[in-house]
Amino acid sequence: MKPSAFRYHRPGSIAEAVDVLADVGPDQGRVLAGGQSLVPSMAFRLAAPSTLVDINRIEELGHLSVQDGSLVIGACVRHAAFHRSVVDGVPGPFLTRVARHIGHYPIRQRGTFCGSLAQADPASEWCLVAVALGASVTAASKRGTRRIEATDLIVGAMTTTLAEDELLTEACLPLPAPETRLGFAEFSRRAGDFALAMVLASYRVVDGRIAGACVAVGGAEDRPRRIAAAEMALDGNPPGAETFAAAGGAAAEALDPMEDAQTSVAYRRDLVRTLTSRALERAAA
Amino acid sequence: MPEGKVLGKPVTRLEDQPLVTGRGRYVGDINFPHQLHMRIARSVHAHAEIRSIDTSRARALPGVFAVWTSDDIPEVGPVDFRADRASEVLKPYRQPVLARGRVRYVGDPVVAIFAEDAYVAEDAAELVDIDYSPLRIIVSADEDPGEFEPGRTTEAAFLTHTFGDVDGAFAKAHKVIELDLHTGRHSGVPLETRGAIGRYDAATDILELHGAAKVLHRNRDTLVNMLGCNPDQLHVHESHVGGGFGIRGELYPEDVLVLVAAKRLGRPVKWIEDRYEHLMCANQGREQHHLARVAVDKDGRILAMEDKIFHDQGGYVRTHGYNVANRTMCMLTGLYDVPAFRAVTHYRLTNKTPCATYRAPGRFESTFVRERLVDAVAAELGLDPVEIRRRNLIRPEQMPYKLEFDEANVENLEFDSGDYPLLFKKALDMFGWNTLQEELKRRRAAGEMIGAGMGLFLEEGGRGPSDGARIAVDSRGGVEVVTGGASLGQGFETAMAQICAEALGVDYRKIRVIHGQTDRIPYGIGAHATRATVLTGGAVHVTALAVRAKALDMASELLQLPVDSLEIVDGTVRQRSNPRGPTITLGDIAKRLAPGSKVLGGRQPGLWAEEFFNPKDTVFPYGVHLAVVKVDPGTGGVTVERFMVAYDVGRAVNPAMVEGQLVGGCLQGLGGALYEEFIYDDQGQPLAATLADYLLPTLGEAPDIEVLITEDAPSPLNPLGIKSAGEGGINGVGAAIAGAIGDAIGRPGAIRRMPVTPQRLRDILRADGR
Repeated sequence: MKPSAFRYHRPGSIAEAVDVLADVGPDQGRVLAGGQSLVPSMAFRLAAPSTLVDINRIEELGHLSVQDGSLVIGACVRHAAFHRSVVDGVPGPFLTRVARHIGHYPIRQRGTFCGSLAQADPASEWCLVAVALGASVTAASKRGTRRIEATDLIVGAMTTTLAEDELLTEACLPLPAPETRLGFAEFSRRAGDFALAMVLASYRVVDGRIAGACVAVGGAEDRPRRIAAAEMALDGNPPGAETFAAAGGAAAEALDPMEDAQTSVAYRRDLVRTLTSRALERAAA
Repeated sequence: MPEGKVLGKPVTRLEDQPLVTGRGRYVGDINFPHQLHMRIARSVHAHAEIRSIDTSRARALPGVFAVWTSDDIPEVGPVDFRADRASEVLKPYRQPVLARGRVRYVGDPVVAIFAEDAYVAEDAAELVDIDYSPLRIIVSADEDPGEFEPGRTTEAAFLTHTFGDVDGAFAKAHKVIELDLHTGRHSGVPLETRGAIGRYDAATDILELHGAAKVLHRNRDTLVNMLGCNPDQLHVHESHVGGGFGIRGELYPEDVLVLVAAKRLGRPVKWIEDRYEHLMCANQGREQHHLARVAVDKDGRILAMEDKIFHDQGGYVRTHGYNVANRTMCMLTGLYDVPAFRAVTHYRLTNKTPCATYRAPGRFESTFVRERLVDAVAAELGLDPVEIRRRNLIRPEQMPYKLEFDEANVENLEFDSGDYPLLFKKALDMFGWNTLQEELKRRRAAGEMIGAGMGLFLEEGGRGPSDGARIAVDSRGGVEVVTGGASLGQGFETAMAQICAEALGVDYRKIRVIHGQTDRIPYGIGAHATRATVLTGGAVHVTALAVRAKALDMASELLQLPVDSLEIVDGTVRQRSNPRGPTITLGDIAKRLAPGSKVLGGRQPGLWAEEFFNPKDTVFPYGVHLAVVKVDPGTGGVTVERFMVAYDVGRAVNPAMVEGQLVGGCLQGLGGALYEEFIYDDQGQPLAATLADYLLPTLGEAPDIEVLITEDAPSPLNPLGIKSAGEGGINGVGAAIAGAIGDAIGRPGAIRRMPVTPQRLRDILRADGR
């Protein structure tokens, strides 16, 4: 578990970073932010980057602020930044609850929000949040910058549409309207393990009925996804156990779960059924 | 037992100062000038013929010093058995140091690389090209045996243990209950992985092995045979050890390789196992399939037990031979009075990591089977699980209780002492079993899926044949206790110091305990199968008494007082009836006993002694595990709300250390019951070779463990009455958790397989339409 040899750059600015990436990106260069996924995979020699471009000293990537109703999260903002409420209202404590499911305390001190999006692990909590809440990211390269919707960024397990020379500089997370209810439920074998499934649910209640429902499932398919069938089971119905159970059933039904030696399709469906109604109950609470 | 001054007290451990201040010295901390680093290129196939090996690219890498295949070490034989020397039948199944012709599991060592640093060595390992031709892969002991080598099948042995009239008992039974049970493959996973450093000193012609553990003298004896040298030419050294659990300290191919390489290459050779290797290569255990049945009368009394076992040994037979299979069978009836018994084991090799002993080997498995059977009988007959156990426990007046097997080659057992019903009662009372039942009823009525279970178990420890100790007092009163024991972190030094202090009359903190150094003492039992405190402790006790006798003899002459009027307190001899009268320190006595001393008289010089302790038989501690679990029906997740272990250890040398052993064992047991499993796909590829996939319970999953240590049945077989404490904590955990889950879901017999993963539990609930 010793990594193979690699070169190391530590640029001081985004401009310098994209310059280096233009050079080394096409030749197996990789960006190093928190390193909580990349470094272990290098130790296992599952990844053998020729060059690491360490962005941790780029000050302009450390920003975290609200701009035009969105939370803007720089590439070096750690998971631990969310241990406390980062915005007023419902979303702040909600993001804190989600963040506590990410790995363990030391991992959260190093790992980053944007790094999770760039890694695109199917079991990433932040990828689920990004897809559910309609986030986008900014990708910078020597060729310029572009904005990518989270649903266009994450296209499969560990697969994104970022180009080899691009640096994901920030994520932009639209903050839900104040009356929005948010709920999250996850199941993992032990505290801190990768989720076997997780569900983020949000909705508003208009005249006693659910409106604008969002049910997004992570950890169960190769990427997080909103489940339209579950949302349809909610919209227009009164919130409550019966509605939530129907949504859970619809989500489980609509799912095309991943299967592995320890997790069957049937089990993941059961989990999604349970977690969908739990996320909705938590949103209602 | 009389109350001791230090023996039996929860005194502070002597070994912790360096460990908690970062000054410990583990094998990774040891380095020698000019050392080379070894890396092993391992098989990626579970079963294949090696067509060819091309090491030229690895050899060409700068920094690589040598690259070996099995052809480079034709003189080195397979890793030999130790304990029972096993049978001739098993010898062909031993593991070569580097694979010869065939690989038999993913991780099988094929090529050894020696390089200037560990990074280069790992780079070079990736450059080795091995051409394989795949062979039939066997991933389960349930499969039909295949060919191990021409003329030899993968069923290496068929073993039988029998007593009583089994067929007659089943014929007249009121009920016969059969269960199909599986114990999952798991193992001890010490925080410190394995490591070995070989060093040859040509000036003295001494070969050293550093990083050894557990059974140093026995490993030395095995190595001496394998390498063809004499014991005085091979010194085996233990450093600090970060966990043993049975698997660490056994002899593995890498230990042999560093020694052969150090001698041949003329430079020290260091190997540190990485975690990935550890989870593919170090001994695994526990994987058995049991077809078990029990015959009972109408009152639930057991008339006979029968078990057909398929034991998954993995790719080779390692140092223990078929010890685990035998321990499974001979302890299967446990602490119940069973008139007739038959067990057979199909001891089969598979194409997975080889297996050997893991803490409570064979007992964790057989307790699960036995207690599942008893729970099933209770459910079938509508009896209370407590009552059925009471009816079947061996009674105190039956002690010593003999198990005499029909087979001539099977060792008979004699349970030395015990009051099993008493401990059972104490455990239930402390746990509040009866009031708990009311609480569980209420919570179930409120919709919770909650239940309680139990595992009653018998342990074995203190197996002989013998161990010795040498104790010397220096001229300043310092005491050195030289043992052939070993410390795996269990508090060996403290326990030995307490025993010596009690017998000799000195402060235990002034005693230095030597262990794990084969150049300091010619024999040593090591630390395995919970025998260190019984065997080495017994030796330290008798040796300390001999030193004491010699000191008092000298003191009696010097103080002009009769021997039997003297006592030793804090290293000073004084008159018992006159503590303020004349005194002499042990240091001064040692000076008067120096060679050439005018007062020496006819005595042997020096204040020291060397004695041996030879126990006549093994000791049998016993215990009870109780658990309360809550099941989440929607996810299949299990939360252990309460867990208790009650254990009669005969006598606790240090109750705090006993408690540590028990709590650690319980948590480890929860791993095997709920989390840990070495799974493989149908091609024999290991799917749990990282700590993200092999799930050790963490503090987050750990309940507070309630502990009851009793000393109601001291062993009559050793002077201190000790019965050992190392393995009871883990023994009945799987049984208790399985019973509790069955109770929680209202299906007492439903849990047939460990670990009970959330998915397996969901499958059971789903099949019930829940």
